[in-house]
Amino acid sequence: MRVSMDIELKDIPGQLLLALNPISELKGNLVSVVHHHEKRTPRGTIPVQLVLEIDPDKLDAIISRFERSGVSVVRAGEERFLEHGAVIMIGHIIHTDIQDTIDNIDRTGFAEVVDLSLSMPSIDMPSSALLKIDAIGKPEMNDAILLLKAVADKKDILVIEPIDTELM
Amino acid sequence: MKTIRASIIGFGAVGQGVAEVLLQKDEYLKNIGLDIKVVAIADSKGAAIDPDGVDLSKVLSKKRANGKDKGTVGSEKYTGLEIITTIDHELVIETTPTDIDTGGVGLANMRAAFEHGRDVVTSNKGPLALKYRELAGIASENGSNFKFEATVGGAMPIINLIREVLAGNDIISIEGILNGTCNYILTRMMEEQASYEQMLAESQELGIAETDPAYDVEGIDAACKLVILANSIFGMDATYKDIDVTGITKITPESLMLAQNDGYVVKLIGEVRKDLIRVGPRLVPVGHPLAVGGTLNVASIQTDLAGTVTITGKGAGSIETASAIISDVIAIYR
Repeated sequence: MRVSMDIELKDIPGQLLLALNPISELKGNLVSVVHHHEKRTPRGTIPVQLVLEIDPDKLDAIISRFERSGVSVVRAGEERFLEHGAVIMIGHIIHTDIQDTIDNIDRTGFAEVVDLSLSMPSIDMPSSALLKIDAIGKPEMNDAILLLKAVADKKDILVIEPIDTELM
Repeated sequence: MKTIRASIIGFGAVGQGVAEVLLQKDEYLKNIGLDIKVVAIADSKGAAIDPDGVDLSKVLSKKRANGKDKGTVGSEKYTGLEIITTIDHELVIETTPTDIDTGGVGLANMRAAFEHGRDVVTSNKGPLALKYRELAGIASENGSNFKFEATVGGAMPIINLIREVLAGNDIISIEGILNGTCNYILTRMMEEQASYEQMLAESQELGIAETDPAYDVEGIDAACKLVILANSIFGMDATYKDIDVTGITKITPESLMLAQNDGYVVKLIGEVRKDLIRVGPRLVPVGHPLAVGGTLNVASIQTDLAGTVTITGKGAGSIETASAIISDVIAIYR
């Protein structure tokens, strides 16, 4: 099962290792770690977001190992992709290794490509695609789109992303 | 009654529009206590000068005599710069064509106007997109007014709206469609499922796009307007060369269809906020306030107190642009 976890670490050296050790000891697979050093909590701790693959039976064990070593677990739950997004791509999408383009997003652990509609008018003409992406949350979606743009840029593919509709 | 002596420097579509509007609104202006007397008009070939006021209708028909823009305003051998430096007047209406590489004659005209203590109202983007800070500095040193509503969004009020009507608000971001030509081409590509090249040709036939469309379709025009907003509203010191710009030339009709099937339209959106200025094609949800069609311009201004304010209007056209110029003139002298 894929689990996401918000934990808080004390701001002293060695804390991240303390948090990560139980995961490997219990044969979990760490998918992503986002260390929010800039977002210190009022308690003076550093929030960290973890995504991991773990046997559901072992989740409680991990949480109690964390708490015994002083790592507080704010939230833990089965991963849900709450954010849905779409982007348009224009260019030689297939011939620039579409597998690789998609893998770049899927490998993040916090976002994945869930749908692809493709239109190829004729050979030598640029293709157009609508790519749907699911992500854990809004910041992760933005990160995924930034990553996609960086990958696409190298392949001379134009990425058209949505405007930010979440204005105040 | 307050008499304002003005020059119109540059007598293309916008300059002529200003003359027409001054004729049409003479009574309106007098009713609010303003007598705008145009003492000199210059185009690239010559000038009309009369300290008692140039006859605007005569000049307009002379200019248009040999077909559109073929004539000249007058036989006086004065350049715009000579008028600004040697003829006594208060207001320079600067409507020469935009030169985005050097600022062109417009830049020299504006500098000279301020150095002679004159006020400037302009529609000319180039000098502002390149040298805004310098110009605003000279204007304020010389106690001159400097207004440029017509440079962004044509008739659509945005700079004065933010500076005056929304005064007291912090502006968080501005995003919108600032180029009517691109909006027209994208709208028509979607409607007709036609290629970019076809719809560019159509808009050139209709006079919506220039023969050399690069300035519009590569996003440069939108970028210049965004720079003016960034500098005048956000206090940045940017030039258009600093902006991340992508135009619309690579957009395919298939991509527009795919977007439409998913509830989006594609628009060339300019976006400015504290740490970011960019122009590029973006997906806009159908029904969103920014999803306006045709040649319309639109801008959403995100503020801390008033929330989001969205305005839309005609971004180009001679009379529409003259509207923005006249409102600047009235704002200065009323």
